[in-house]
Amino acid sequence: MNRSKPISGELLTLKNEIEGYAVEYGLDFFPQVFEVCDYDTINILAAQGGFPSRYPHWKFGMDYDQLSKGYTYGLQKIYEMVINTNPCYAYLLQANNWVDQKIVMAHVYGHNDFFKNNAWFSNTNRKMMDVMANHGTKIRRYMDRYGADPVESFIDKVLSLENLLDIQELFETTSLKRHRKEQIDQQKVESEDDGYLFDDRSEALKSFMRNKDRKDRKNELKKEEDYVAEKALSVKTRDVLGYLIQYAPIEEWQADIIGILREEAYYFLPQRLTKIMNEGWASYWHSTIMTQRALDASEIIDFADKHAGVMYMSKQNINPYKIGIELMRDIEYRWNRGMFGKEYNECTDMQEKLRWDTKLGKGREKIFEVRKSHNDISFIDEFLTPDFCERQQLFTYKYNPRNGRFEIDTKDFKAIKQKLLSGLTNFGQPIIEVENGNYMNRKELLLNHVHYGVDLDVNFANETLRNLYAIWRRPVNLKTRYEDKEVVFHFDGKEFKPHS
Amino acid sequence: MDHPIKRDHGRFRKIVKGKIRENLRKYVSHGSQIIPKGGDKFTVPMPTIDIPRFKFGDKSQGGVGQGQGSPGDPVDGQQDPNGKPGQGEAGEGEGNKELDVELTLDELARILGEELELPNIEPKGKKSLQSVVDRYTNIGTTGPDSLRHLRRTYKQALKRQIATDSYDPENPAVIPIRRDFRYRSADTKVEMQNAAVVIYMMDVSGSMGDEQKEIVRTESFWINLWLKSQYKDIEIRYIIHDATAKEVDEHTFFRTRESGGTLISSAYNLCKEIIEKDYNPNEWNIYPFHFSDGDNWSADDTKICLELLDKVILPVSNVFCYGQVESRYGSGQFYKDLTAKYGSDADKLILSKIKNKEGILDSIKEFLGKGV
Repeated sequence: MNRSKPISGELLTLKNEIEGYAVEYGLDFFPQVFEVCDYDTINILAAQGGFPSRYPHWKFGMDYDQLSKGYTYGLQKIYEMVINTNPCYAYLLQANNWVDQKIVMAHVYGHNDFFKNNAWFSNTNRKMMDVMANHGTKIRRYMDRYGADPVESFIDKVLSLENLLDIQELFETTSLKRHRKEQIDQQKVESEDDGYLFDDRSEALKSFMRNKDRKDRKNELKKEEDYVAEKALSVKTRDVLGYLIQYAPIEEWQADIIGILREEAYYFLPQRLTKIMNEGWASYWHSTIMTQRALDASEIIDFADKHAGVMYMSKQNINPYKIGIELMRDIEYRWNRGMFGKEYNECTDMQEKLRWDTKLGKGREKIFEVRKSHNDISFIDEFLTPDFCERQQLFTYKYNPRNGRFEIDTKDFKAIKQKLLSGLTNFGQPIIEVENGNYMNRKELLLNHVHYGVDLDVNFANETLRNLYAIWRRPVNLKTRYEDKEVVFHFDGKEFKPHS
Repeated sequence: MDHPIKRDHGRFRKIVKGKIRENLRKYVSHGSQIIPKGGDKFTVPMPTIDIPRFKFGDKSQGGVGQGQGSPGDPVDGQQDPNGKPGQGEAGEGEGNKELDVELTLDELARILGEELELPNIEPKGKKSLQSVVDRYTNIGTTGPDSLRHLRRTYKQALKRQIATDSYDPENPAVIPIRRDFRYRSADTKVEMQNAAVVIYMMDVSGSMGDEQKEIVRTESFWINLWLKSQYKDIEIRYIIHDATAKEVDEHTFFRTRESGGTLISSAYNLCKEIIEKDYNPNEWNIYPFHFSDGDNWSADDTKICLELLDKVILPVSNVFCYGQVESRYGSGQFYKDLTAKYGSDADKLILSKIKNKEGILDSIKEFLGKGV
């Protein structure tokens, strides 16, 4: 089913032109593949996280529903999709006009360079398109075997825990070492294999099988004695999904599904960690390439219009495109003029500071370095300055219980920075860790919410516990702070009990 | 072949409608129903299913924003007109739940049709009503500039230049002059149409309160909308009745509050007269709707009603719809009488109970879901 097709003719010529500029500016990217498709296809792709084939699940249908409605009523339109693979795939909307296609291509080369070079992406699987398609095949197979409803409802439960990831896993060395070793092993095996029985189990499942050494006991529930001892070890981890694969009393197909969803969640994690930088970098490059090279004089108005649309400012949240590009440009400016370091910081004469220029000229070099080693948190932490906040008219806002509205709170630099950072901590998700798998010595699961000042939504927390219980099959507990009190939420399969 | 996402989409829609995976129902937020918001604005429902997650409570959080303003200014004014820019990675799925859009009534009817999965109506009878339509299928030499046909104009100019030998292949400039100009022009055509008439009958006796009338009003708005989208020419007649029936205009129909007893047969009689006088069933698709709280004065009158339905109204109608609005005073007896006579699955008679406002869409679906 070819819903998108490779570019040809004029677009191909354009691609080569833009690629030439990207090379000229020193961008370092994977081979780039552009395909064109109609709006329905791009909606499908967007709903599926950019991938042409995913596992069957209603949530993709839901996203598709919203995207199509948004498009039909003319409220939103996707110009472009790009995914982190090698070669890097990007989709262009057929109906884009010429200048749009130029912007999108230039923008895509920025993303591509970022995917390839940013440290947080260094361990992502660049063959994810195949992996996702295989995941789909496997889950369809499970559905044939165990029924669509049971499999889907199990996926729902796992999705409930999908955000409980350990960022460290992106660099976690032991499993990666094992992974590399396995790849080598597998290559050896494959050369002997007839290629038919190739191993399409997820990484997580393999480790699950290794640990359990349960070659011939497919689809049997674990014997209780098996894991009591292990759980008593009380592993502490934030990788809740990984933990469940290892220790929950689940069947093999269920472990595999958790493994699949976990693998996909970790694949998307770097993008959640670098949203501002990634979009900022791509926007910086589309703007640079367009204004300095690719733009035809007759296209300036259209370009400015589109660019301004992308850079809109909102009073309710920050636009990563806007903050990202401005911060990149600010860094470039400061490093071009040497506006950093002890001497500059300690200068008290505002006029002198404003005119400061050591002719350092290292701006471009600096932002290339930044795009390599930072994520959004360190990016904001290191490069956000009071000047910048003022120039960009940043402010914090908060809820005013008296009139029930959100109101501007302050324009203080420290407050803004703190608020930005706390919103980015742990990719904006609460930090939840497994504390004890044998809580109260009753094989209950105890999770701990590392509380940094913001309470959890109680209704959602309870419903999540309900889903967790369905996997753990013993009472589950969540330790957190709620309204300044230590609380343990408890769910035993029948009712919720908070006890202090 | 359809993309597999259509299956996901279908499944999602079924979950939202509560047909499958009932245990997910509590996570479904429907957004609002299609609501007229004044003018041409309507809210289009965007149902979502929120998978529960550990997440932060909303209120205390606040955030960082960008733009003009000083401390104390509200930030939750109107939404950004631009909406979100298109580029995006995997959706985090916490989008807005409804869309405010401007729609024409046609589009609205289409959405209604999609939401309720209404089948298109198969009109009966011959296309017997003539209507005159203008279609721009012709080309003329005069017309307004907005209808200028560029291709034909240039073709004409080219012809003229070749004919007058002023065309130079080396320098192929074609310049139309005044008399080359061609315009789209209209041909008048006579098209045969299906015609339909809707006859609304409403019980306005003392037991029908304002709330009940509001339900009838809303429901008939949507029914009109749908039928109008299906038939080009549609006539709507209104009858109100208590112990006597009279034909009224739309305004009166929705405003009147009478009191007194109820003789449903009076309305059916009037309905019969209207049909006999104005609408030849061979030419018209006839849709009588009757809304009441189900109270009739006497069993004798009910007998007359059933006879009228049987002998006259049902045979000439596409379908006869009876909607019973729940009211504090009504006994709901008439619904039972109709069910007793025709069963709940009669061919040309559709019965529906409307409990409250939320029941309206379901009831519309019952009435129009058959596509007859």
